[in-house]
Amino acid sequence: MKKTGAQIVVECLLEQGVDTVFGYPGGQIIDVYDALYEYSDRITHILTAHEQGAAHAADGYARSTGKVGVVIATSGPGATNLVTGLATAAMDSIPMVAITGNVSAALLGKDSFQEVDIFGITAPITKYNFIVKDQSELAETLRRAFYIARSGRPGPVLVDILKNAQMGTCEFENAPPRPILPEVDHITEKDLQRAKELIEASRHPFIFAGGGVISANASEELKAFAAKIGAPVSLSMMGLGAYPAEDPHFTGMLGMHGTKVSSMAVAQCDLFIVAGARLSDRVIGKSSEFASHARILHIDIDPAEINKNIRTDGSVVGDLKVTLSRLTQIVEEADRSQWLSQIEKWKRDYPPVRERKGEITPYYLISEVAARLPEDAIICTDVGQHQIWTAQHYPFSLPRTFISSGGLGTMGFGLGAAIGSKVANPKRKVVLFTGDGSFHMNCNELITVTMQKLDITVIVLNNNVLGMVRQWQKLMFDKHYSQTTLNRKTDYVKLAEAYGGTGFVITKKEDVGPTLDKALKTKGAVVVNVAIDKDVNVLPMVPPGKAYNQQLMSIDI
Amino acid sequence: MYRRYVLSVLVENRSGVLSRISGLITRRGFNIDSLTVAETENPAISRMTIVLHCDESVVEQMKKQLEKQVDVKEVAELVEHESVTREHVMVKVAATPENRMSVLSVAEIFRANIVDVAAEAMIIELTGESNKTEAFIETVRPFGILQVVRSGITGLERGAKVPGKDRKKEEASF
Repeated sequence: MKKTGAQIVVECLLEQGVDTVFGYPGGQIIDVYDALYEYSDRITHILTAHEQGAAHAADGYARSTGKVGVVIATSGPGATNLVTGLATAAMDSIPMVAITGNVSAALLGKDSFQEVDIFGITAPITKYNFIVKDQSELAETLRRAFYIARSGRPGPVLVDILKNAQMGTCEFENAPPRPILPEVDHITEKDLQRAKELIEASRHPFIFAGGGVISANASEELKAFAAKIGAPVSLSMMGLGAYPAEDPHFTGMLGMHGTKVSSMAVAQCDLFIVAGARLSDRVIGKSSEFASHARILHIDIDPAEINKNIRTDGSVVGDLKVTLSRLTQIVEEADRSQWLSQIEKWKRDYPPVRERKGEITPYYLISEVAARLPEDAIICTDVGQHQIWTAQHYPFSLPRTFISSGGLGTMGFGLGAAIGSKVANPKRKVVLFTGDGSFHMNCNELITVTMQKLDITVIVLNNNVLGMVRQWQKLMFDKHYSQTTLNRKTDYVKLAEAYGGTGFVITKKEDVGPTLDKALKTKGAVVVNVAIDKDVNVLPMVPPGKAYNQQLMSIDI
Repeated sequence: MYRRYVLSVLVENRSGVLSRISGLITRRGFNIDSLTVAETENPAISRMTIVLHCDESVVEQMKKQLEKQVDVKEVAELVEHESVTREHVMVKVAATPENRMSVLSVAEIFRANIVDVAAEAMIIELTGESNKTEAFIETVRPFGILQVVRSGITGLERGAKVPGKDRKKEEASF
């Protein structure tokens, strides 16, 4: 059947099971928007205030469901506004497909109006990208884009479609999507045996799991594996939710702002098992002293992660769900109760650090919010101190309930991501923890919340400073608070109301509970501005590039 | 061990592949000595030959990063003694009528060809392993080198072995 390129785009989205896209129209993508109009009974388009918000929404949609998030934008500035969103998704291995329009072939390369080389710009921040110059290539390209985004180690894919390829017609036949099978080609008996030997020879194994466990839907396999080998478990920030926070053998996060217990465990374990994590600088600190008494077993889907940042003693490359269940089957059960009791003792001896500064502490606020939400509530964050406090103190117990920009650390990510999460999960509660710095970056998306009739509660941890940078300035720059004192005069209640929502202010501890009760029951866009002290630090902290034994439990000022 | 590595990479012959691969290498902080790319016997496939000086862990990481690229079909290391590598150089030497004969005799020793002669200069071309091409450049340097152009290294594994034929990534059907 003959179809236009624009119709083929929408047909291919439907083939892939896409029922919702995020985006913003414009001159060079107008044909695709005409097709979206035609197919509007089968595909919902969420219009945001800015393309960046649409990209983060597609990302939040993907993180909260595991499905591919789709964002559509026009050429030039529309496309460049996706850049931060694509880089955010790339760093955290999130499956996304971005579709951009571009000028016609005849105008390409002539610095035409709203022309930009988005293919060149996004090559380093996508898993793969395409430029489609003729409609005959369109269907296969889009099918490949979805396959690439979701298969193996997921990631964002951009498809830039020239205007002439959207307008032109060609034959089109629907085809079922190519199934995505677990990556098992690289899992070898030899590697599994080596892993088994390492585990069985270990008296004090310690598991560190990351976002790969969530991506592979392998939380249950992780729990079974940890239980079988009797190992305590720590998580990277990206892994939060993959293992229940209340488990007695969960040691919390590991890394720059990880717990004291995790630091002690990594220093004293004899086998460090990394599952679905890439061991970034924020985890390793000083590489020469990291887990120096331990052998290292790395399990990951991406062979390039093995030996990238830390030399390993064994590795298994492949789908984590498969690998973890195979390992659970083949390892001998062993009694490591002494090691586990040691962990439990450390947990009693070294509870999480909670600085008592100001009327309302971040921990009090976060735990009061948590107490009012069901287990499956989706908690989004922006980036900064509030993000780490949420990661440290919110009791995540289910995968895909913590939505946060880990690798890129994108301030302004949160509201878009919350919109995407809510659109994907309309029946679940969605709460965004943000800071006064991050929130100002993309608070324009409040109007999207209102227009789409979404219920999202935004809790602003307002300390009037760019707290994380300020904390570094306190620690390493002689308290030169260069450009980190905000003291902005924004009226958050009026701001919320201006966008058709509702605002609340909390300044006293006794108001926290009652106001949260009201705010969490209020429909639509809800902003709760909570005053916290500007000098509460994120602790513990391993200063950048330092070893774990230099972990700070306080920052004296 | 810090030494020279030669990687032979088969890639899909698509627009953007060269910039994608070279971008990948540079943004990870790896320094390339030379990079050549051209079509193979199969017009849909190009071969890139990448030469770099680094230690083993860097080349290991680079191979893995290359292997996971969508466009990359095969990455092989061309190991010395098990492969043949060649480089083509052209040197424009300041050759006056007085010293022209000396330049010619050096060229003859290296079995280089004179491809252009002018009043004050001549262009000499030479193909060989890089130690030979480098020795040649050093030998003619005292005459006065006006310009040098080097093709970068290309190479093949010795014997009947054809990398990429036996372990080709399955071409996805959509």
